Amino acid sequence: MAQPLVKKDDDRDDEEYSPFLGIEKGAVLQEARVFNDPQLDARRCSQVITKLLYLLNQGETFTKVEATEVFFSVTKLFQSRDIGLRRMVYLIIKELSPSADEVIIVTSSLMKDMNSKTDMYRANAIRVLCRITDGTLLTQIERYLKQAIVDKNPVVASAALVSGIHLLQTNPEIVKRWSNEVQEAVQSRAALVQFHALGLLHQIRQNDRLAVSKLVTSLTRGTVRSPLAQCLLIRYTTQVIRESANNTQTGDRPFYDFLESCLRHKAEMVIFEAARAITELNGVTSRELTPAITVLQLFLSSSKPVLRFAAVRTLNKVAMTHPMAVTNCNIDMESLISDQNRSIATLAITTLLKTGNESSVDRLMKQITNFMSDIADEFKIVVVEAIRSLCLKFPLKYRSLMNFLSNILREEGGFEYKKAIVDSIVILIRDIPEAKESGLLHLCEFIEDCEFTYLSTQILHFLGIEGPKTADPSKYIRYIYNRVHLENATVRAAAVSTMAKFGAMVDSLKPRIFVLLRRCVYDSDDEVRDRATLYLNTLGGDGAVVETDKDVKEFLFGSLDIPLVNLETSLKHYEPSEERFDINSVPREVKSQPLAEKKAPGKKPTGLGAPPSGPVSTVDAYEKLLSSIPEFSGFGKLFKSSAPVELTEAETEYAVNVVKHIYDRHVVFQYNCTNTIPEQLLENVTVIVDASEAEEFSELITKPLRSLPYDSPGQTFVAFEKPDGVPAAGKFSNMLRFIVKEVDPTTGEAEDDGVEDEYQLEDLDVVAADYMMKVGVSNFRNAWESVGEEFERVDEYGLGPRESLAEAVSTVISLLGMQPCEGTEVVPNNSRSHTCLLSGVFIGNVKVTMVVSILVVEYLKRVKREQLQINKVIN
Amino acid sequence: MANFSAFDGCCPSVKNILLLDSEGKRVAVRYYSDDWPTNVAKLAFEKSVFVKTLKTNARTEADIALLHDDIIIYKFVQDLHFFVTGSIEENELLLCSVLQGFFDAVTLILRNNVDKREALENLDLIFLCLDEIVDRGIILETDASVIAGKVAIHNMDGDSPLAEQTLSQALATAREHLTRSLLK
Repeated sequence: MAQPLVKKDDDRDDEEYSPFLGIEKGAVLQEARVFNDPQLDARRCSQVITKLLYLLNQGETFTKVEATEVFFSVTKLFQSRDIGLRRMVYLIIKELSPSADEVIIVTSSLMKDMNSKTDMYRANAIRVLCRITDGTLLTQIERYLKQAIVDKNPVVASAALVSGIHLLQTNPEIVKRWSNEVQEAVQSRAALVQFHALGLLHQIRQNDRLAVSKLVTSLTRGTVRSPLAQCLLIRYTTQVIRESANNTQTGDRPFYDFLESCLRHKAEMVIFEAARAITELNGVTSRELTPAITVLQLFLSSSKPVLRFAAVRTLNKVAMTHPMAVTNCNIDMESLISDQNRSIATLAITTLLKTGNESSVDRLMKQITNFMSDIADEFKIVVVEAIRSLCLKFPLKYRSLMNFLSNILREEGGFEYKKAIVDSIVILIRDIPEAKESGLLHLCEFIEDCEFTYLSTQILHFLGIEGPKTADPSKYIRYIYNRVHLENATVRAAAVSTMAKFGAMVDSLKPRIFVLLRRCVYDSDDEVRDRATLYLNTLGGDGAVVETDKDVKEFLFGSLDIPLVNLETSLKHYEPSEERFDINSVPREVKSQPLAEKKAPGKKPTGLGAPPSGPVSTVDAYEKLLSSIPEFSGFGKLFKSSAPVELTEAETEYAVNVVKHIYDRHVVFQYNCTNTIPEQLLENVTVIVDASEAEEFSELITKPLRSLPYDSPGQTFVAFEKPDGVPAAGKFSNMLRFIVKEVDPTTGEAEDDGVEDEYQLEDLDVVAADYMMKVGVSNFRNAWESVGEEFERVDEYGLGPRESLAEAVSTVISLLGMQPCEGTEVVPNNSRSHTCLLSGVFIGNVKVTMVVSILVVEYLKRVKREQLQINKVIN
Repeated sequence: MANFSAFDGCCPSVKNILLLDSEGKRVAVRYYSDDWPTNVAKLAFEKSVFVKTLKTNARTEADIALLHDDIIIYKFVQDLHFFVTGSIEENELLLCSVLQGFFDAVTLILRNNVDKREALENLDLIFLCLDEIVDRGIILETDASVIAGKVAIHNMDGDSPLAEQTLSQALATAREHLTRSLLK
């Protein structure tokens, strides 16, 4: 058998590149037989183990039989007294992770090593044994482990402590008995023993808040020897601060002085840990922040990339909540734009974009333009997103920002990057009316040379909705019709639909659209032809210029309000016959979908994919749900849906929250119920609402939930009538009533007989803010001045004593339920007065937009309110 | 494998330590987290890390990169690439100290001849070194001379004149340490 080329020491200088060249599993397993030799050659055995480890490390796997065989022969090596070989034996045993019945074979050898005189043996034997052992064996060796924890040799103590940390996951009750020894080890003079002991002690006691607090108190006064342990202590301290924050409202923050003193530690690791901890404190004040920001600023100009990265990443996070605190670092930050490490440069850029003011935008954009060409796509996406939020913050700067976006759109880039840019442009178009025309043209230019079918079709769809509403829709037709000539079938079909939308909306364009659509009837692709024919017919393609009727518009622009899943099943059940398929026969009830949607991890707003205007998306889901219930269909258009209000404590038997849906003349409460008891099935679930403290409301309909199985949320509704357009307020008390049935946990089947039961829920208020919809305006001054003086009302309200100005402002905002504009919800530190610009849409006979400006003078508020009529609701 | 969720971001932890060659192939790797359950996933991770850092110059100072939700600290010497990965919440400087410990310990063990060939020739020592730095994700030791010291003891040949070898080894270590500290 050809031996792999493993060199002996004497010919190591050979020119062979890798000692493992041509190594093969079968051959090495053969070689492993040397472990069984009566006369052990320690050096050779070590080499074979190295080869086995090499194979495992390269991802090679051993079969069960192979592993067992190797394991058994390895156990023989405990006979050798060679230290080096023993060390390799420890390694390979850990790698082979033997099964429980195999472990027994090495247990005695390892226990012998655990009590050996050689510290190295003891430390390693502890680590190996704890790794492969199970609970029963652990009780046998527990005594030795306790001794080891307080051993005077730091390596042995650390080995026992680290093993304890691992064992705590599997055998917590045993490890918890060691806390006296661990406590002693915390006082150890050896730096790392203290670190490991601290880690273990905290994990043993982590559920005992008082004990953790005591531990932190004593250690912050004592001496902590290693930077690692100091970092750990900082983490535990912040934990204690976080948990005590609720109890102590006033006075100095406990342990803040300790964190601040860590900023002067000699290890950078500790300084950074402390600085980061301070920036992440709940409701950190600018006075507390300053020293942390100062040390981070010093790190920014360090020669070490890791240090610069750590600092800029932390400052970037601070900039999200306290942009003013970071502005001092702007000069250092700007020099980082040219940093070799692109991650650092990107973080610096995005931080600057967050802290920058309106006047610095142009200068920044110039710097970024140079920078964009030499970074990777993923960084570019981050920059694009930062620019998008900057543009929403300073709508007046949309021109230069939009230009920037269109420039980078023209350059090379992958799909994700292009999508991020397109999404940003779409969002800007929606939120900044002035940017619409130029934005749409940029998108048009982009699809002239776009290699991504998905983006082309999405943009065409968007053009179809927004394009006809512009001043001169005809200029877009050329771009759209070009697609029919130049693109693949998918894009061509999308282009046909878009043209049809223009035809439907803009009567003057109709004859020309018909000409174009007729040409598409001869397309080579079925779908394109079908669409063209369909639209020609629905729009009345006989050339006459007629007003497009409502049905057609509904067909072209309306969204399919039937759940696709239900439509699919209905279509599958449909058998071809004389009777036509009736789309109205498709059930509209959605099975607990809205909740599932909300639970999905909060992705970033997906510009194109999302329905028009971002924040309304949940409202859309609600609207769909409500309109699918026939009883509520006569209520008209849904004005607003509140955020869910919890009506039960966390972790009760039944979790219920409520969403308030406001209509012009009705209010619908949607109770989202979850049954958290596996042994119960609830049926006929209703909420009995007592509206005696809400005089203006009268109960109309209750829609019960037929069945509520364990852990699958369901909804029940109660509808009230209220005076038209009046912001009626009131208090409602709620009682959950249901029939409860026992469920056999093994079979999952419910018993036939049920018992009627009730469950008290918390009260619910309907307040003025429920009638207010948060809608931002892009240019507050214009909106304000376009309304005449006669609508202006000036009033003064006392707010009573408040903790801080910022708190007062946020209370007023939430009380009014309005949208703060131009970032005025942020109160600069130490200011004595503040002006907050708010806007919203209030319910009424006609919908009105209210523009509210609040001026705070010495905790007194002057509210200037003016109303302007924007649009009547067509209903 | 370490159960990371249980540590809850409190106990500093390392997700993996990689030693790759100049083509991105494994010399020695250790994974401590379940984030990459299969060998295929591990190889894919190594490839993306390697490609991402390839063009950077991390020869004098350790450099840093973000990959998905991980922080990667890395340093290159000759044809060897050293990496330490930690979670995005981890203290970068702490991870850096692990990398520096590993890097310096290997330098000591290989007596300043740090290249792929030497590393493969002494692969047993590299494995021992990894074993002494991190135990299932928890940092054991970051002081390079302590790590190298432990590895060197283990490597002593039981049969050879013990005292002499220890002495010469100790001298060599001391000499290297001195030169290194002088060069700094």
